Amino acid sequence: MADLKKATAIISGLLAKDKVAGFLALRMVAGHPVPYLFTKPEELDGLYLGEVRYPVTKLLIRLARKYPDNSFGILARACDERSLVELYKNQQLDPEKVTFVGVACSGELAEKCECFRPYPSRIDIGEKVECQEDDARVREIEAMPEKERHRYWMDQFTKCIKCYGCRNICPVCFCPSCTLEDHDLVHLGGMPPQIPIFHLVRAMHMADRCIDCGLCEEACPADIPLRTLYRKVRETVKHLFGYLPGESTEDFPPLEVLGEGTFEIGEAGKSSRS
Amino acid sequence: MEYRTIQTTCTYCGCGCGLLLEVMDEGLVGTLPLKTHPINEGTLCIKGWNVHEFVESDRRLRYPLVRKDGDFQEVGWEDALGMVASRLMGIRDKFGPDSIAFLSSAKCTNEENYLLQKLARAIVGTNNIDHCARL
Ligand code: SF4
Ligand code: SF4
Ligand code: SF4
Repeated sequence: MADLKKATAIISGLLAKDKVAGFLALRMVAGHPVPYLFTKPEELDGLYLGEVRYPVTKLLIRLARKYPDNSFGILARACDERSLVELYKNQQLDPEKVTFVGVACSGELAEKCECFRPYPSRIDIGEKVECQEDDARVREIEAMPEKERHRYWMDQFTKCIKCYGCRNICPVCFCPSCTLEDHDLVHLGGMPPQIPIFHLVRAMHMADRCIDCGLCEEACPADIPLRTLYRKVRETVKHLFGYLPGESTEDFPPLEVLGEGTFEIGEAGKSSRS
Repeated sequence: MEYRTIQTTCTYCGCGCGLLLEVMDEGLVGTLPLKTHPINEGTLCIKGWNVHEFVESDRRLRYPLVRKDGDFQEVGWEDALGMVASRLMGIRDKFGPDSIAFLSSAKCTNEENYLLQKLARAIVGTNNIDHCARL
């Protein structure tokens, strides 16, 4: 495959010239694509460019902490790049020490992911395809009468087995002390989870941070439509503050500094600012 | 510098979820669900997500312990197994095979469970065999 050849050439170049100490991507091991730090060009025979996704940018944080003087390379799709933006902004990674190789996603993957922009700011591998943001699920739930909508979400949250998978897999969840482990809000080490506090706390925290990668929903054993919920809060923040996470390291997350004025979220979450 | 992931099966229950142990420079630092595993398809429960913690726990039982004079003392495997075998056989000979029951575990492999029932039925001679998942 041409893409694989090209990616191998770029990455071995980075490794051979010592531009990076290691390159984090997926490698085929025993029949499964799994996260792996490539440190030698000859390991690249197993490089994987397919559709399986892991939160590689989050995995990089641990390496970067242990080796703060080293630079690392990473294979980044558009969603990975958006998470990099958030991780830079929140001082979890140093942009000077990360080199990304941009991968444009196929139309099929973009459709599967309901992606709004399936290519990174710089495309090294793959062809750019455009797609429409698919917000049908948000609109469908929004159209329900309030009582029914409330019932819908409560029914969904009831399925939760409190695995913390949504938080653990999320590339932009990195807080050393997590509110979902706060004794005052969540009963630790017990079931059932506090409904709906557990889920709404997370939704609130994602409102100006979620980069809409969908990994949480993929990791949820209870099939709770988490991404739909986070899309709604993202949308609310976008309407109120004109802010979208993952776009630029210059923009400041608005919920950290609310500033002057009042903000109102009305019926069906339609927001206004005065 | 090394970072890699090792594929394995969760030992906590009988589901058999596939997981990845994250290894950084020979230390176990995290767990991820194996996204392409046919059983769990990239999901885990809270126990699976935290497997790396008990592997490294210093409260983990690593050697056979035998109670001597009221205290647990470390002994070698030969001694421990020899003691268990002779005590079990003694009980069987005195009270009959059905005076002994075996309790297996969902945390063991299928093969280990098979071997335990083999031990119960073929060696001790009892059908008293069950496992923790029915408790
Ligand atoms: S969310 Fe978009 S950028 Fe990310 S993998 Fe899916 S299609 Fe690609
Ligand atoms: S979609 Fe889920 S996993 Fe991805 S950034 Fe948002 S909350 Fe995190
Ligand atoms: S991943 Fe799903 S089941 Fe697990 S804690 Fe999150 S919402 Fe609950």
